[in-house]
Amino acid sequence: MPKVKIPRKSTNVDMTAMCDVAFLLLTFFILATKQKPPEVLAVNTPASVSSIAAPDKSIMITMTAEGKVFLALGDDTKKGDIIERFNKSKGLGLTPAELAKLKRSEFIGLPANKIKSAMESSQVIPPDQMEGIPVKDSASNELVDWIRSVTDAYAGGDQKDLEKMLLVKGDNNALYPVFKQIKMAFKKNQIFKFRIVTNSKDVPKGSELAREAAAKNN
Amino acid sequence: MAEIDTSSGGGHKKGPGVKKSKKLSTRVDLTPMVDLGFLLITFFVFTTTMSTPTAMNMNEPKDNDPKDQKDVKQSGAMTILLGKGNQVYYYYGILDPAKLSEQFKSTGFKEIRQLITDKKKATPINDLMYIIKSDSLSTFKNSIDILDEMSISAVPPGHYAEVDISTVEKTLIQKTEETNGIK
Repeated sequence: MPKVKIPRKSTNVDMTAMCDVAFLLLTFFILATKQKPPEVLAVNTPASVSSIAAPDKSIMITMTAEGKVFLALGDDTKKGDIIERFNKSKGLGLTPAELAKLKRSEFIGLPANKIKSAMESSQVIPPDQMEGIPVKDSASNELVDWIRSVTDAYAGGDQKDLEKMLLVKGDNNALYPVFKQIKMAFKKNQIFKFRIVTNSKDVPKGSELAREAAAKNN
Repeated sequence: MAEIDTSSGGGHKKGPGVKKSKKLSTRVDLTPMVDLGFLLITFFVFTTTMSTPTAMNMNEPKDNDPKDQKDVKQSGAMTILLGKGNQVYYYYGILDPAKLSEQFKSTGFKEIRQLITDKKKATPINDLMYIIKSDSLSTFKNSIDILDEMSISAVPPGHYAEVDISTVEKTLIQKTEETNGIK
């Protein structure tokens, strides 16, 4: 019987292929996941059991812990229109160049009477140094005017589509009266539905909602 | 793939004076690099899925029209008041000036869920109404949390509403805060 020669093989595995796969996946995940929009305003949102994902394109009202209110117009197709309408209704007298500058800024957070001078100056005020849209009481609530410009710009479209885009993002420690004024601003413009940005939270075990969900699944 | 061919392949012959240099393997151990790659993948996968924000629906009533106002049965009403320092106060029915101290109770967010479900079980669903009132010193978190408690306890929409706080209730909250020493 001839001897069978078993060649001694190295136990070294070539890692190159695995390395390639790992980095391919890594690149894929980095590119595929959307980068978080830059958080200029630090806001810790409350948690809720709601599982609806927040839309990408949105008109977001941000409320900071100090009670400052900012508006971010995420829909670029209408942004210019909204700003122009606000300019007209409040008689700000912004030039086309100033309108374009205002359109470029991500957050709107200045009282109407200070927009013109801020746009005229060459410096750009960072959002955390803006004083916010005034919402102190119902008489001086400028958010009402902003939302009116928004609803006017979207007039003719489906109201439901607009309602889905309206988001309120508030800090845990923001005081209730500020939130109440934001709600007032919506109500005064005949908007009764909007959404609150929250962190997702699991439904607590043993709660009514958990029981209902279980009953639905069975 | 990752190694470079270092064997001199035969064709090229070296002269007698050329010293034979020791051939070092160019093979690099890629295991740590793979480890790092997968570590980063895991990191990215976890961080991106965890932080997706959700949106909570908010429906406001049209309060301009008195026709839309709804009367609530006293037996089915529970008023929940939100005060400062994450305090929750509650009472059933309407406030009776003679029995304020018995009626007006203070609690916290941990206990309120049980109270909400108890009330829901004890009341016919058509009479059930939770009235939420926020004090000016309560936070945004409080008002979202209490609305969230409503959905956790599966209170059907239309059976809870936010109402403006009255001065009587405000002073009651203030007094309770003073006695309980809440800042």
